[in-house]
Amino acid sequence: MAEFKLKLRRYNPESGDAPYWQEHTVELEPHRSVLEGILQAKARDDGSIGVRCSCKAAICGSCGVRINGKPGLACHTHLDEALHTAKDGETIVVEPMGNMPVIKDLIVDMDAVHWKKIQRVTPWLINEEPIPEREYVVPRESMVDITQTMACIQCGACVSDCLSMEVDPLFVGPAALAKSYRFVGDPRDAAQEIRLKDLAEDPHGIYDCTHCFKCIEACPKGVAPMSQIMRLRRISGNDYHIVDRNNGDRHERAFVSLIRDHGLLWEAELLPRSYGGDSWFGKFHPSAGAELVSSLPAITKALLRGKVTPMGALKPHNIPAEDLKQVQRIYETVEGREERVEFNLYISGKDEDLAEAPATEEASA
Amino acid sequence: MPSHDVLIIGAGLAGQRAALAAAQAGASVAIISKVHPVRSHSVAAAGGINAAVSVDDDWRSHAYDTVKGSDFLGDQDAIEVMCSEAPKEVLHLEHIGVTFHRNDSGQLDLRAFGGASVKRTAYVADITGQAILHVLYEQLMKHHETVDRYEEWFVTSLIRGENGDCHGVVARDIRTGRMEVFAAKSVILASGGAGQAFKPTTNGLICTGDGIAQAYEIGACLMDMEMIQYHPTTLVENGFLITEGARGEGAHLLNSEGERFMEKYAPNKMELASRDVVSRAEQTEINEGRGVGPDKSGIYLDITVVPKKRTLEALREIVNIGKDFAGVDITKEPILIRPGQHYIMGGVKTDVDGQAPGIPGLYAAGEVACVSVHGGNRLGANSLLDTLIFGRRSGEHAAERAKHVEMPKVGLEKLHEDEQRIKEIIGRDKSGRRVSEIKDELGTTMNQYVAVYREEEGLQKAHETVRRLKEEAKTAYVDDQGTVFNQDVLGAIELGYMLDVSEAIVVAAIDRKESRGAQFRVDYPDRNDEEWQKHIDITRNGDDVPEISYSPVTITQWQNEERKY
Repeated sequence: MAEFKLKLRRYNPESGDAPYWQEHTVELEPHRSVLEGILQAKARDDGSIGVRCSCKAAICGSCGVRINGKPGLACHTHLDEALHTAKDGETIVVEPMGNMPVIKDLIVDMDAVHWKKIQRVTPWLINEEPIPEREYVVPRESMVDITQTMACIQCGACVSDCLSMEVDPLFVGPAALAKSYRFVGDPRDAAQEIRLKDLAEDPHGIYDCTHCFKCIEACPKGVAPMSQIMRLRRISGNDYHIVDRNNGDRHERAFVSLIRDHGLLWEAELLPRSYGGDSWFGKFHPSAGAELVSSLPAITKALLRGKVTPMGALKPHNIPAEDLKQVQRIYETVEGREERVEFNLYISGKDEDLAEAPATEEASA
Repeated sequence: MPSHDVLIIGAGLAGQRAALAAAQAGASVAIISKVHPVRSHSVAAAGGINAAVSVDDDWRSHAYDTVKGSDFLGDQDAIEVMCSEAPKEVLHLEHIGVTFHRNDSGQLDLRAFGGASVKRTAYVADITGQAILHVLYEQLMKHHETVDRYEEWFVTSLIRGENGDCHGVVARDIRTGRMEVFAAKSVILASGGAGQAFKPTTNGLICTGDGIAQAYEIGACLMDMEMIQYHPTTLVENGFLITEGARGEGAHLLNSEGERFMEKYAPNKMELASRDVVSRAEQTEINEGRGVGPDKSGIYLDITVVPKKRTLEALREIVNIGKDFAGVDITKEPILIRPGQHYIMGGVKTDVDGQAPGIPGLYAAGEVACVSVHGGNRLGANSLLDTLIFGRRSGEHAAERAKHVEMPKVGLEKLHEDEQRIKEIIGRDKSGRRVSEIKDELGTTMNQYVAVYREEEGLQKAHETVRRLKEEAKTAYVDDQGTVFNQDVLGAIELGYMLDVSEAIVVAAIDRKESRGAQFRVDYPDRNDEEWQKHIDITRNGDDVPEISYSPVTITQWQNEERKY
């Protein structure tokens, strides 16, 4: 038994008062969860503490909160772990999740944000016809593969700290896009191309993600939403050749080709390639010009603050020839494979690789 | 006043399946749940769902296993219905999108499970309940125009009309505190079990027996209440569930001597005997000093014998549970488990269409109900099946009923009564006990005296305690005075539900003077078919005292035999 200090963000919408902090001291074994700490405070000191919870075992997805500023499930975070990340070394700070309006205390309005976004991706199977009399006969691996996204418990932790959503509240977001992969990866679904086109053409769709990895860190179930978004992009661009009006696909290809050619990013060339593709005439693509004009304030600011120099931006950065060859060898290996290799929590390769891969991934969660 | 042909209380598997079936049959449908549907406790079901779906299997074999598992207390007509309709239901789930694991030729893969004579459990890794629940919710979102959803609404009472029919419910919008009457031609209870009356339990905090108590309150009959399942593998640490799928995949149970002790108790099925048998064996080992762990109060579950690749693919969730909640890597070392409260076989008595006898318009399906397909002991992976089959049948039957019944006219008396009751709870002074204290004492008492092994003296003690707690609950106070998300006051109401359910459980356990299924009486250690092959039915009389009567077990084709695994 040890003592832990919990500092809870309280908010009572009926009081007319602003949110405030309330501290509780709880006594529990260190490996008990933050949720059990909250529940002890609620049972002993103050029954009015609002928190959604049920299973206590990280499967119902009710208790998404922020602990010391990081999103996660309260039931899935040990008190001693939480103490470890406490900013002042002694107080475990618990707040409601972000990106969603707070209803009361630790309870947020998931309908207004999370579920609305889930509904955006047509979240049901559109059956491949004809529906067989018995089960659909499908590859074993395909079902194991989508089990990773099926394992999403809709807790909202990834939505809470999605940086893209903070900037663009309309972004479909990590949870809903992972849900979308659950259908795109499902061989029984008949609408893969329509789904992908829809989400590629949507300015708030798959290309609105900025690869920040926050959702992968936040997810308590190893769903790795960002990885699923990247898979949607690869399937959309490579398999269905969907070239979207947001230039998401071209922009990604521009990155890939610039690194292949120079080993490093070449900012001045990124924009024309993003609009005009690899062709030299791309520079004169009208929307490239428009984008350039609209980006001028940002470019000027970057120049003034010394983040880029004019020559540094306009000329390619070069790396030693031997290094460039190494980079290109990576391209050859990856592109030379017959099939794309996708990392998946449930599909694992040889026995000896296994112990490490999932462990490291979850250690960061 | 919202009015619907079919009103469903609870949005776990039974409730959602009932809603979809009733809507498909053309009824106007609403589903009310005190939590968001995907938080319902069906989400925690791990191992799978049984169905004789393989071409080499026969539903009669599934039915026989279920009858035997029930220790010949299950009603065989109902078991026949469930098992014969199972394959169609599983294929239906597959068609709407459940991601069942496949074998190498791409067909449904099946795993071994306790008490089953062949492999017949379809599964999605060890998140089968979650996968099915989320897929059903996908379908509810798809059919949002035909099924109204009242998410985070708490039902406070069922309403019975003057003609004795069930006419609707009173419910409270948890988010705003607003109370409302819902009129309905039929009400389907699908609000789950009452595991929170025990501590520890594998059940979520929401499993507080609401529907059982609400039906009991308006005069419905409860059946088989003494039959409480203790799951053989729950974490010693905190009572979390380790799926039977682990043993299905080949894991062993070991005592302090390193023996696979199930050899002594079930030489043929070993670890895959039915749950009551395995739990009792474990408890015996522990009681006789061959337990393991800190106070020798546990048993080792050794999953290291399962190939690691298979464990990571098919038992992913318990790999996480072991790591996150017990600090054990189950692929490398055994994990400490013991029997823990998991499921109640009993519930609101219904027929095979989910109808509660004596109260037209009231249905029940899933753990809240007792059809009885599980009798004295439920087989693993039969609960998901039960929820879906009888959820669907209830939904269809209630939709059909709606065609012949008028929409009832419902008064506001019950609404005012419930508003008053809530006001009274909120207004109590702090002279009594805290709700949380009473709940704690109830859970500990039930788990001490109404567990794997029972005897008269302990059961009587439990009964006295429950009666005293019932009194104390009348003055138990809450802190929250508000209306928005006042979980505190709902907790006080739930406590009342748990106490009613607990009393029914204890009274039935005292009454059954034999050992059958999950009821093992140390003072009556044998099964006594002559006197006790019958259901104990419990109703409430006016004085809030349970009244006992009996009903016969329906037998169709399987005669009693000695139960050996």
